[in-house]
Amino acid sequence: MRMIRSLVQGLLCLVVVALAAPAAVAAPDDDGQALLEALDTRSYADKGQAIEALVASGDERTRRWLEALLDGKLQRHEDTGRFVVVLENRGRQWPVIDALTFAAAGEMSRRELDRIGINNALRGRLQSTLAVLDLRVDDVRARREAARELLGNVEAAMLAPLQALVADEADDEVKRLLEQAIAIHRLAQGDAAAVEGLAGSLNPEARAALSAAARSDDAALAEAASGALAGIEQKQKLNRGVETLYFGLSLGSVLVLAAIGLAITFGVMGVINMAHGELMMLGAYTTWGMQQLLPGQPGLALILSIPAGFLVAALAGVAIERSVIQFLKGRPLETLLATFGVSLILQQLVRTLISPLNRSVVSPEWMSGSLMINEGLSLTLNRLFVLGFALLVFAGLMLVMRRTRLGLEVRAVTQNRAMARSMGIRATRVDILTFALGAGVAGLAGVALSQLTNVGPNLGQNYIIDSFMVVVFGGVGNLWGTLVAGLSLGVINQVLEPWAGAVLAKILVLVFIILFIQKRPRGLFPQKGRAAEG
Amino acid sequence: MLASRSWLSRPLHERSTRLFLGVLLASLAVVTLLNLALPAGHTLHVSTYTVTLLGKYLCYALLAVAVDLVWGYLGILSLGHGAFFALGGYAMGMYLMRQIGDRGVYGHPVLPDFMVFLDWQSLPWYWHGFDMAWFAFLMVLLAPGLLALVFGFLAFRSRVTGVYLSIITQALTFALMLAFFRNEMGFGGNNGLTDFKELLGVDLTDDATRLGLFLATGVALALGYLLCRAIVASKLGRVCVATRDAEARTRFLGYRVERFQLFVFVVSAMLAGVAGALYVPQVGIINPGEFSPIFSIEIVLWVALGGRGTLYGAVIGALLVNYAKTVFTGVMPDAWLFALGGLFVLVTVLLPRGIAGLLAYRRPRRAAPDPSTTPREASA
Repeated sequence: MRMIRSLVQGLLCLVVVALAAPAAVAAPDDDGQALLEALDTRSYADKGQAIEALVASGDERTRRWLEALLDGKLQRHEDTGRFVVVLENRGRQWPVIDALTFAAAGEMSRRELDRIGINNALRGRLQSTLAVLDLRVDDVRARREAARELLGNVEAAMLAPLQALVADEADDEVKRLLEQAIAIHRLAQGDAAAVEGLAGSLNPEARAALSAAARSDDAALAEAASGALAGIEQKQKLNRGVETLYFGLSLGSVLVLAAIGLAITFGVMGVINMAHGELMMLGAYTTWGMQQLLPGQPGLALILSIPAGFLVAALAGVAIERSVIQFLKGRPLETLLATFGVSLILQQLVRTLISPLNRSVVSPEWMSGSLMINEGLSLTLNRLFVLGFALLVFAGLMLVMRRTRLGLEVRAVTQNRAMARSMGIRATRVDILTFALGAGVAGLAGVALSQLTNVGPNLGQNYIIDSFMVVVFGGVGNLWGTLVAGLSLGVINQVLEPWAGAVLAKILVLVFIILFIQKRPRGLFPQKGRAAEG
Repeated sequence: MLASRSWLSRPLHERSTRLFLGVLLASLAVVTLLNLALPAGHTLHVSTYTVTLLGKYLCYALLAVAVDLVWGYLGILSLGHGAFFALGGYAMGMYLMRQIGDRGVYGHPVLPDFMVFLDWQSLPWYWHGFDMAWFAFLMVLLAPGLLALVFGFLAFRSRVTGVYLSIITQALTFALMLAFFRNEMGFGGNNGLTDFKELLGVDLTDDATRLGLFLATGVALALGYLLCRAIVASKLGRVCVATRDAEARTRFLGYRVERFQLFVFVVSAMLAGVAGALYVPQVGIINPGEFSPIFSIEIVLWVALGGRGTLYGAVIGALLVNYAKTVFTGVMPDAWLFALGGLFVLVTVLLPRGIAGLLAYRRPRRAAPDPSTTPREASA
């Protein structure tokens, strides 16, 4: 008996719970249901009011409802009057979710469902309403994005809520964007005072609004707008100038990195190292190898590659010096040929051992992306890093050459080998170290290059002629000359590029250097005194 | 032998020149005989394919002689002689293009195919005249000659020598390569000029034409060698050698060094141009790849391997390296760059005077190259 009773009690409980459950969910949603029911009317004017009521309610689900409404996916069941959001409106049976709880509600036949329709006027209104809604979120980035979306899309009906938002907005950027958005709208209505709000804006929408205004029949408005346009034009010109300079410096920094190791071996030791480009290639491949060793940590791998790339290239440099160059002392042209042979062997070695195809090196997150200066100008971070790295390497080399014993000995051997030796400097050791230093710097250049271009067997070849040009242009045996020459060649190249095209710009630069050498055979900063007589 | 005492025939009295010309002309005769007289199935038969291949080698040999003239006797390491070679080749190529006439794919009576393809309406001004053989052949000499004249005038006047000169010659050929790769230049872009039909009215695919081209190349090489030999043996040549070994001293002796340098440089460029012009109809294509710096450096290797400052060494080097290249790229293409790179290193480190140096070592007294012993580098 007791068992039966408890069973009955249990069953009763279940029934009660089962009955109560929908009620419990539905209870707080009378508001939601009411809000949605207001939408289900034939009159579009009433629908508009219902949308405003939705927004005014501050309900969290408003956004999803409005989006569904915009897409025509907010629908109502004919019989039960239940509101649902259609997920996929293909076929006969549509999967739906409940519009109030957003819980899955199985499938419904499309015959049972009534769409809550909208017209074009409502569609525009919905879009701007959604944009305003986005401006209420807490995330500043999302707000900026939303404000940017509004530029040129402001409707008359939104003005009031937008102005209220501007007053409340804490972030200056969002505020500025909103003010511009309002100004664009006002300008389109023919308000000459709005021109002021758009002066100096680089946004294309603002420019479009201004140029439209400049063509208007209202003389005062047209004049004000063209004045503002001229100002914008000026600013853009400046931006383009800065951008060209930046790209030029970036290209120049690559050239400096590639050439500076060469400047040491060529300028200081008088050795033509045609395998310099391949030493850069080794540095780049070291970065790639390091990333293979440390998968998932490109940043750490990159940082470790800096010393590793230096070491690998420096060791290769020592090997080249010991096996080839030491036998060719005082025969620069023969050294050129022999090191060219070495470069062919290194290239083919990489092709055979690794792959003839390019390898891609991942950039760590903190190096990708760009630094936004203003709306018309953003600087890519990886180039900025390479520029900084080039300057650092240059400063480091300057320190080594000027402030260390090695630098002193190198300069001594360069100027007068016999005298330096009789003073007790081990010239052979200095040769090896100098060459290792130059090669190591090439390795560093390779590490940096791996962040800008593909890593492949031909990587070095592409830079060797350019870097020789830089060294010759700057003046052999002069590190400052290399820096100035590299950066200025980079900038010249970028300045020529817009009107000559990339290839022609490069040809013009080469011709310019060839002619320049005729005028000043020893480069921009020639060596003076006895060393120059060589 | 020729009794004339004219400077051009003077080298004919030299033993080494006679030997060289004798071997060269005999080889030409043997190849011709084996090609014509023997049936195709015979083991000793030289196929037309081989004849063309040999003709190509002879072009390279002429080019190497041109490089040896400036490097071996003037001390100028030109890393841009491929540019002169290619310019001569393009001049010839332009003539051959015009000879196609309306037999091109698009059948245009005047414009070459690539111009029709690029939708050009008329012939660019610098293409005019190339329908005439004499004009084109003149251009084969003038185009590289003028470039060498302007470039050399500027460079030698401001005394750019040694390594600097090498580097800017390399920049020159690199710049030209980039320029010729551009479609806007009107030289066929990266496809270059190809699909030639006939030369001087004879079909280029004909076996007899191919043999004729081979023989013409052989004769050009003989004449080029003779010319270089004559220059080297003349008083002018001795000034050149003096310049090579001690430029400043020669200048102090009152010689206008830059004029000698310029003259020899231009002659060498023209020889390279002729080599290029003979190369194009045999290979059937000319494209900007011939301008690539690596090709120019390779030429220098031929000369270095054969022995610089001997002229015949340059020929030996060019033939050997190119034969090896044909064999290697056929059998194991991957190993070719290793072999080439290794050659560069070995020759410069172990064989500074090349194969000719080895020959001279075996017969120390008589066959030593006349502007004697180790050429000293002009100081940079």
